[in-house]
Amino acid sequence: MYTAHLEYVLRLADSALILGQRLSEWTGHAPVLEEELALANIALDLIGQSRLLLTHAGRLEAKGRDEDQLAFLRADHQYRNLTLVELPNGDFGRTVLRNFLFSVFQRPLWEALLSSRDTELAAIAEKSLKETRYHLRHNGEWVVRLGDGTEESHARMQSALDYLWPYTMEFFTEDAVDDEVAAAALGVAWPDLQPAWEAAVQRVLTEATLAIPGRTAFRSRGKLGGHSEHLGHLLAEMQHLQRAHPGAQW
Amino acid sequence: MERKEWPLWEVFIRSRNGLDHKHCGSVHAPDAGMALQSARDVYTRRQEGVSIWVVRADHIHASDPDAKPEMFDPADDKIYRHPTFYKLPDEVDHM
Repeated sequence: MYTAHLEYVLRLADSALILGQRLSEWTGHAPVLEEELALANIALDLIGQSRLLLTHAGRLEAKGRDEDQLAFLRADHQYRNLTLVELPNGDFGRTVLRNFLFSVFQRPLWEALLSSRDTELAAIAEKSLKETRYHLRHNGEWVVRLGDGTEESHARMQSALDYLWPYTMEFFTEDAVDDEVAAAALGVAWPDLQPAWEAAVQRVLTEATLAIPGRTAFRSRGKLGGHSEHLGHLLAEMQHLQRAHPGAQW
Repeated sequence: MERKEWPLWEVFIRSRNGLDHKHCGSVHAPDAGMALQSARDVYTRRQEGVSIWVVRADHIHASDPDAKPEMFDPADDKIYRHPTFYKLPDEVDHM
């Protein structure tokens, strides 16, 4: 049983790690060289964020686990990432749209964490906020261009939005971890970020001429450890080297 | 299927300590905003710059390489155009 503080940091760390891993799948496959580098840059930013956060989580846990052990030696149900980030990339449009939806969420989160009583977390937020602002800018520009682009690009973006949208509701589901962390002034409760997130998302999606899907009762549960079938496959690829050769370094 | 290439943009970067933007390469991008972002991602990954200019490659007018003799050779024998050609009086320092 993890403390609420540790759960909270793992949610941040694992969401960044898994999206970073997903984005790195584009390496060698992006539509143009320029975007190949952009996606790899974003992936590396996210993996960098997760390294700091996992190292911090290891210290909070106080069982001697470092970032590598937490990243490579946990099973899927021990991951606390949002389900959204483990979904397959799909096409380039869906990839940039997911990056956008996630970085719009990360931005107010880092801003709020600047004043966390956990000074390590506040320092990580300060470094990460600059990276997230760029991710938001770059991916937001693509969402507008592809959404308000050709007939085909618009149709693809709308279907990507219809696919991804239900998973964004998980960002804001209330639970005891959030309440406890917020009460201790260690972090912001995620439901409190919803108004800022919705306003920013609506602004860009409107400019992109995309229709925001209606709400449904569906709530994914990745941050509670209940994942889709996709995470296990992702972890198999990400972890196989450390599983096959424990402690291997290069 | 018709494939349209994005236009080419020439990229100029001013380095941390540099005064001038220097040409460092090019990117393909649909418009100026995306060209700036691509230039950032391609050419400033290792702290190379603090400012970026991009300009559409087809907006650059280049001199004709075949016209080199009449364009540049006539300067070869005009050494008096270099300040070092002139002897300055001792009182004039720091020229």
